[in-house]
Parts: sequence; structure tokens; C-alpha cells
Amino acid sequence: MSSIPVSHPERTVEWHLPNKRRVGMTALIVGESAIFTIFVVAYVFYMGKSLSGPTPAQVLEVPILATICLLSSSITIWRAEKAIEDDRIGSFTVWLGATIALAAVFLMGTAFEWKKLIYQDGLTISTNLFGTTFYSLVGLHATHVVVGMFLLTSTFVLSLFGWVDSRQSERFGVVALYWHFVDAVWIVVFTVVYLIGR
Amino acid sequence: MSDYPLPVSHVIDQSTPASERSTLLEKLHEWVVTVDHKRLGILYILYSTFFLLVAGAEALMIRVQLAYPHNHVLSAQVYNRFFTMHGTTMVFLVGMPFLFGFANYIVPLQIGARDMAFPRVNAFSFWLTAFGGFLLYYSFLGGAGLYGVGNAPDVGWFAYAPLTLRAFSPGHATDYWALALIVSGFGTLGTAINIIATVISMRCKGMTLMRMPLFTWLLLIVSMLTLVTITPLTAAQFMLLIDRYLGGHFFDTQAGGSSLIWIHFFWIFGHPEVYVLVLPAFAIANEIIPVFCRKAIFGYPAMVAASVCIMFVSLSVWAHHMFTVGMTSVSNAFFTLSTMLVGVPTGIKIFNWIATLWGGRIRFTTAMLFCIGFLFQFLIAGLTGIMLSVSPWDWQLHNSYFVIAHFHYVLVGAVVFCIFAGIYYWYPKATGRLMNETLGKWHFWLFTIGFHITFDTMHFLGLLGMPRSIYTYQPDRGWNFLNLVVSVGGLIQGIAVLIFAYNVIASYWRGEVAGDDPWDAWTLEWTTSSPPPVYNFEEEPEVHSRRPLWDLKHPDDPDWEYES
Repeated sequence: MSSIPVSHPERTVEWHLPNKRRVGMTALIVGESAIFTIFVVAYVFYMGKSLSGPTPAQVLEVPILATICLLSSSITIWRAEKAIEDDRIGSFTVWLGATIALAAVFLMGTAFEWKKLIYQDGLTISTNLFGTTFYSLVGLHATHVVVGMFLLTSTFVLSLFGWVDSRQSERFGVVALYWHFVDAVWIVVFTVVYLIGR
Repeated sequence: MSDYPLPVSHVIDQSTPASERSTLLEKLHEWVVTVDHKRLGILYILYSTFFLLVAGAEALMIRVQLAYPHNHVLSAQVYNRFFTMHGTTMVFLVGMPFLFGFANYIVPLQIGARDMAFPRVNAFSFWLTAFGGFLLYYSFLGGAGLYGVGNAPDVGWFAYAPLTLRAFSPGHATDYWALALIVSGFGTLGTAINIIATVISMRCKGMTLMRMPLFTWLLLIVSMLTLVTITPLTAAQFMLLIDRYLGGHFFDTQAGGSSLIWIHFFWIFGHPEVYVLVLPAFAIANEIIPVFCRKAIFGYPAMVAASVCIMFVSLSVWAHHMFTVGMTSVSNAFFTLSTMLVGVPTGIKIFNWIATLWGGRIRFTTAMLFCIGFLFQFLIAGLTGIMLSVSPWDWQLHNSYFVIAHFHYVLVGAVVFCIFAGIYYWYPKATGRLMNETLGKWHFWLFTIGFHITFDTMHFLGLLGMPRSIYTYQPDRGWNFLNLVVSVGGLIQGIAVLIFAYNVIASYWRGEVAGDDPWDAWTLEWTTSSPPPVYNFEEEPEVHSRRPLWDLKHPDDPDWEYES
């Protein structure tokens, strides 16, 4: 089989295109943002419209520690990105481990918060509109953190075995991009749920 | 047909010795595990053709039921299931897979790439979409669940709350609907991401954005629109499932929830979705019209700008589906104006196509005939759209057959016509054989006549006050004759589609051998053999203008001398 060679050697051009994985992840983030937007809109729309208690002001506590941990994990993953670009694998593993630890603290925070809400305050997803919208929105975000944790942990395990080096820095950059997105979404969720909605 | 024979040398013997020919099972296996964008494109198109026939049959059953008053071919319950499944199937299992099938097949070829950016994601997306479709149709068997009530979904394709809540839709039918659309939605999202990454990162040397063929440009825009269109629906479906399974209250009015917000969420998806379907139709027309007029497309930059404009404006028009729910006057005015605004870029496109036709040496092949039909019908569809965008007019005709006629003019008169045109145009590339033109003309004329008998008449039924989604009507309403006419037109279209299906199958064996460039076209897909090899291009092409193949055929008069 064959095709006609289409080229004009006398008119060569410089040719550089963006990285396809980065473009793909950016597109995914745009799509995910639309999903989050719908859930945030629903949360805001139903704010204060619950017909029965408990209300956010009665039961919600501002998760300051968890928020600090999650936001600082963006800094640690940025350090990890820099380290893998420079091929400093030891440093990369440490920063990556720190990121995972911070994310784990965040998830623990959510777990304890939900345990308190369910067992002490009797708020479940079917209790009232606040419960429905709260667990959906925060749960959607937590799901994304769990997915990110899976990506980070598998990279971490691979790097412990010494299978990661600077050749993978581009791929790791895509994971980091996703992680920054998860953090940025938390800023929105935090503002809407814990600052405005309380 | 080609004026300029191309210097293609078939260096490698294509025929396989009999001893190496694979068995049927091996072939099937190859197709199931394939990650080749061309095979996946064909799978998409076969899949959606299958569902086109299924949903077409459902439409015909609907029309048989409505052919005369007090008919009892279908019961009211079955009728509800059929119009729900007809709408859902045509939008999610026919329209989008067809267009993504074209995108899969054509986009990498047009940009001189060897495959999509993520071939395995591509295969995964297709199988998700396919699984979603079969899940939806499994509801005919499994939807009744343990309750013994209903089977297939019967809540309308827009599934307004609170009808979809447990209290009013027991059984599993609505869950099948929601889950199937979530699953196929993820498939769609994956394909959209893939097309964006392919177009942005896989273009061959020299193909700057403003040298991309318009088909590729529009598919890039559609994919971007899909990213923010299909995801709100997915989010809303999750909310619906939370309500149905976990006792949530999103749409539960008794607990303070709102059924109105579902309508908003659905149309935030639903209206841009129309553009997700119609922009690829424009994309196909953008390729076919210039080739069969023997002229470069008129106003290429304006075409690109108009498409981008449609993408943005289409995100702010959704509530024109909701004029009758009682919005404020300000909202009504805003959505009336924004809807009219879409008419501006769309009008630019229509004028550009007409200017392309003007003074061209038009070749009336079947593909071109379908495109010309599209131009006429899309103009009328646009005009009735502007009529309906005026909210007081909409109050009179909301959910009447006038609206049904309007959107079928868009979805059949524009989208399906362009899909047929695209199949006649690219079939020789995919199979190496031309489709039969005589049968093609029969297909075109029967389908066009049937289309107009059906959908022109529907406008009048709407003006006479016939509402949508009714399974029968009283004989004294004055709708009897017109309904019979609509049904007869539907039957004619059905015959035309059967001719088309026969043509597709028969031409695969008996069609005239096409050669690499049967239409004397100008984009890169026609530089490779028909069907293209797995690797598409032996060496990576390099382009210097919008019509690389023109440059090759006319080295004395290349396009790059005229393009800035």
C-alpha cells in the first residue's frame, strides 16, 4: 500500500505542537469543571431551603486543618515536579510521599467530619436538602481526591522500586495538573459550603 | 472522474495469499480489540446505522398509531415508551456516534496523523458508548424489575422531574435511562478529549490552525462544546440517581426540592447538544460543497469565526425551551434575544455556502444533492427557530407539532441529510468502492419527498393545535387528513432508508472501484490509498496551504501564493 508523499522540501517550516497529554488533561479538567459547576449551582440554589433541620450553622465546623493540608499538597507536588524534571529521584520520592500524606490527612478529616455528622447530628443524604446537596458536592470532591491518591500512590510505589526517572517527568506533570485542579476545586467548595453557606 | 491522475505507485502487493487469510472468528477478534481510528470510526458508524434503523422503526410505529383517530395499534403505555426511546436513541445512539464516527475516521487523515492522540482511550470510549446503547435497550427486557410495572423508559427524552422520581416511575426503567446515558456520556467525553488532543497536538508539519480543513476545525469546536455540554447532563443524572436510590431530595418538591432546576440542568445540556449535532453536519457540508463546486470555500476565516461564535452563544440560550414555565420578563427577553443572536453566525454560514456555490461548476452527485437539500431545509429550520424564539409566539405553540416539525427540520433536514452526504462522499475512501449513484438518487429523491410530506405538514398540525406526546386524538379536531399525510411521508422515508441500507451493503461488493481520489478533492485523506493502510501515510505529509492536494496537482498555481 502506498500514498503520495506530500511535501515541498524547498519550503520547510519550524514545527512545534503542544504536548498531547497535557492538552488531554486540560480538556478533562474543563469537562470536570462543568460537572462541579452544576453541583455547586445546586448547592447554592438550595441554600437555606431545607424544610427541616439540622442546618449547616448547627452542625458544620470549618475544616481548617484539612484545608491547610490539601492546599499545601499543591506546593509539595510542585516541588516533586521540579525534582523529577532535574532527575533528583530521591527528592522526588520524598516530596511525593509528603503530598500523599497531606492528602491522607485531608481525607481523614472528611471521614471524621462525616462520622460526626451521621452519628452525632443525624444528618444523612436523605435527611433534608442540606444533607442531599452537602454529601453530593463534598463527596464528589472527595471522590476526585481518592482518584488522585490512587494516581499518586501508584507513582510513589513505582518510584520506590526505582522505575521512575526524568523521562517520566512529562507524564507526572499531567498527574500534577490534575492534582492542582482538585485543590482549586476545594477552594470553591470550601468557600461555598463552609464560608457562604454556613 | 479525476481530472488530474495522481502519481500513486502501489509498491506493495495488497493481496494476501489464500493460506494466510484469517478465519471469520479471527477477523471478528481483530475488530473487537482494534485501536485503529479507522476501524473504530467504522464501528461507530455501523453501530449508529443499526440504531438509526431501530429508532426509525419506532418512529414509524408512532406514525402508524397516529395515522387516524382512535387507533389502537399501540397502547398509551407502549406509545410513551416508543417516543421516549425514539428521542433518546436518535440523539444519543444515532446522532452523536455517527458524528464521532466521522470524526474518528476523517480527522487524523485530514491532519496527516497516523492515529488519534490516545488510541486506547479511543477504543475504550467506543465500547463505553456501545455498552450504554445496549444497556438502554436491555430495559425492554429488564426494566420491569421485580415490580412488574412498565419496561422501557416512558418519561420522554427530557425526563422532567418529578415524573422520574420513585413515586411516579417505579421499577427500573428510568434507572436504565439514567445509567445508559451516564455510561455513554463518559464515552462521549473520552472521544471529545481525544479529538481535541489529536487536533491540537498531532497535526502534520505546516498545518497551522488557519490551514486546517474546515471539517477538522468544526470537529475541534464541537468537541470543546461537548466537554461543557454532556457533563451537566451527567451531573444531573447523578442527582436523579441519588434521588431515586439514596433518598435524596434534589427534585423532590415535597422536601423543598425543585423540579424546575432539572428543567434548567437538562436544557443547559439539551440546547448546546443541538449544536453538538448540527456543527458536524456543517463540517461535512464544508468539505463536500467546495469539492463539487470546484471552488475553494468562500470566506474560510468567517466560517471559523462563525463556528466559534455559535459555540459560545449556544451556551446561553437554553431557557428558550422554558418560556412556558413562568420565568421573569427579563429572562424571557434575554433568552429571546440570545436565541435570535445565534441566527447571525448561522446566517453568515448560509451566505458563505451560497457564495461558494455561486459561479461554481456544480457536479450533482448524490453527496452534493444531499448538501443542497440541507441548505434549503436548514434555512427553513432556522427561520422557524427564530419564530419560536419570540416568547409570545412560543407560548402559543410550545410543545405543539410546530415545535416537533421545527426540530425535526434541524435534526433530519440538516443533520441526517449531511450524514447521508458524508457517507456517499467518504464511502469510497473507507471501502475502496463507490456507492451506486442510481440507487443514491432514488434514495435522495424519495427521502427528500418523504421528508417534506412529513415535516412540512407537521407545521400545520402544530398551528391547528395538535400537542406532542399524545397517543391518539378525537376525530372532530380537523387533524385526521394531515396526520394521515404525515404518516405516509414517514413511510416513504422508511423506504428510502431501506434503499440506502441496501446500497451501502451491495456497493461493498459490487460498487465501482473508486481509486484513491474519486472526487478530485483537495484534503489530505485523498492522498492515501482507499482504504488507507493502518499507518495512513507512508511518510508524514507537509502542507503549505488549506488545500495541500490542490498544490500537488497544480504545482504551477499553488494555493499558498494566495493565502496570507
